[in-house]
Amino acid sequence: MFNQDIVKPENLVYKRTEVLTDNVMHYCPGCGHGTTHRIIAEVIEEMGIQDKAICVAPVGCSVLAYNYFEVDSLGAAHGRAPALATAIQRLNPDKHTFTYQGDGDLAAIGTAETIHACNRGENIVIIFINNGIYGMTGGQMAPTTLVGMKTATTPYGRNVELNGYPLQITELLAQLPGTYLVTRQSVHTAAAVRKTKKAIRQAFENQKNKKGTSFVEVVSNCNSGWKMPATKANEWMVENMFAKYPIGDIKVDGELVQK
Amino acid sequence: MAKELKLMKGNEAIAEAAIRSGCDGYFGYPITPQSEVMEHLMAEKPWEKTGMVVLQAESETSSINMVYGGAGVGKKVMTSSSSPGISLMQEGLTYLAGAELPAIVVNVVRGGPGLGTIQPSQADYFQATKGGGHGDYQLFVLAPATVQEMYDFVFLGWEIAFKYRNPVMILSDGAIGQVMEKLYVGDYVPRWTDEELRKNAPWASFGKPTDRKHHIITSLELDSAKQELHNHKLQAKYREMEEKEVRFEAINCDDADYIFVAYGSSARIAEKAMQLGKEKGYKIGILRLITLFPFPKKKIAELSTKVKGMLAVEMSAGQMVEDVRLAAEFRCPIEHYGRYGGIIHTPQEVLEALEEKIIKRK
Repeated sequence: MFNQDIVKPENLVYKRTEVLTDNVMHYCPGCGHGTTHRIIAEVIEEMGIQDKAICVAPVGCSVLAYNYFEVDSLGAAHGRAPALATAIQRLNPDKHTFTYQGDGDLAAIGTAETIHACNRGENIVIIFINNGIYGMTGGQMAPTTLVGMKTATTPYGRNVELNGYPLQITELLAQLPGTYLVTRQSVHTAAAVRKTKKAIRQAFENQKNKKGTSFVEVVSNCNSGWKMPATKANEWMVENMFAKYPIGDIKVDGELVQK
Repeated sequence: MAKELKLMKGNEAIAEAAIRSGCDGYFGYPITPQSEVMEHLMAEKPWEKTGMVVLQAESETSSINMVYGGAGVGKKVMTSSSSPGISLMQEGLTYLAGAELPAIVVNVVRGGPGLGTIQPSQADYFQATKGGGHGDYQLFVLAPATVQEMYDFVFLGWEIAFKYRNPVMILSDGAIGQVMEKLYVGDYVPRWTDEELRKNAPWASFGKPTDRKHHIITSLELDSAKQELHNHKLQAKYREMEEKEVRFEAINCDDADYIFVAYGSSARIAEKAMQLGKEKGYKIGILRLITLFPFPKKKIAELSTKVKGMLAVEMSAGQMVEDVRLAAEFRCPIEHYGRYGGIIHTPQEVLEALEEKIIKRK
């Protein structure tokens, strides 16, 4: 059967959302960024808020996120995305401003901006990709790098005496009264993707209802930085990253989830 | 336009001008000697009058990035600070310049270096006019000398910032920020409607309508050939500013033997020194700079062929004097005088410096 015989409207079961551009993504095969981008774009399309969505891209692997989202965007300086989003959303209370940030951006250089935006309860959505490493700059230690994990700047493994402890910033942010939704998800299986999409949808719905800050962490892999094949990286992530960064809701509707 | 007479501090005049000029948002962090800007705004509650947003940020780093966010969506946004805070903002300023975003940043300069002092200074001239942050860029720099100019330059700042898509710095000092003077304020200029914003800032990321592709506000261009082209465009813009936007006030310059070149508080002190000199029979003029970038190179070059010497008067160890020398190309003697570290020179000191360094020079 030739391709043109099957590509017909009546056979359409899946199509790429128009909230993504045609640009070929630069992300490594197997990385979670592409999937996370897609589900954010799908949520924006399904909610009909493309004209109201404003993306604030970070510095790091997703520095070019604005090339993929077909929404008006701004590229922030390293770590400053929550400050930009604060102003954009306050100046445009009916828009949907969201930041998309990695662990170095959000939990190291941008810690102050992150904590204070969340503490003020800015009505923004923060999507936080945690892969425990600086991918873009070549695999250096991140604030979320696990103890013992080898990186370009911890070649003998992260040593707590030298490097301190992995930062569970998501648990920390959940303690702040300004956060309304704090959840940790992943995108390594179909089931996980569905749950993450549901969480991201909830985050944008909260924003629509002006509930304050909604924070969605996505624990992801970095197969190139971790120096593993993609499938092995996912296995390693489940075994090691999930032990330190357990998947699930931490705060829902402004209330901490009891564990 | 109806004019209303008020008595205000320079810092309060900045805040009053923000509200009355249709500013959409002010983001700041307290620092002496400019804290009255945000205090006045918070007391006036402009969000109830004009819908203007006022927010106290967690740092100057954050406030300048809030300005970047607001400017990127086409709003009229501003911040203010004093020297150490402005140093923290240098990252944001180079990003604003790189992404070609309009905004107003007020620096009420105090003495440095480091934490320095809280008294007036003009030692941030290099930082304001030579970049300050990384990369080849220019801020448009306005130097008010009165409380009235603190007010007026906010209105002028919006015009320049949006005309050239470039950040504007109002380079003031602790004296002008703190002094109370009378000033005339005008009617409230309404904030832009959404339609006006789309017309005045069509490039902004205000939310993608269905009839166009998405907008991207960024200073990143990884392809160095494109980055060089972007730099060419920026440089052309700066040259256009030098061609069209130079502003200064030439006082008694036409038949002067000697010229004081000064801006801000120093220009006012130089004016008194000029009067003292007149009593002694000296023919002194003042070139008061209003734009520090673009710098009045042509006017200084012209004067340098006519006078016996120029004294650059500034509250610094000698910063602006370098630009005066470059513009004059050593066609006449050019010297510097200024107190610094928070000390303000007296008119007598300035006149004595002119006599010693230029008039009695062998």
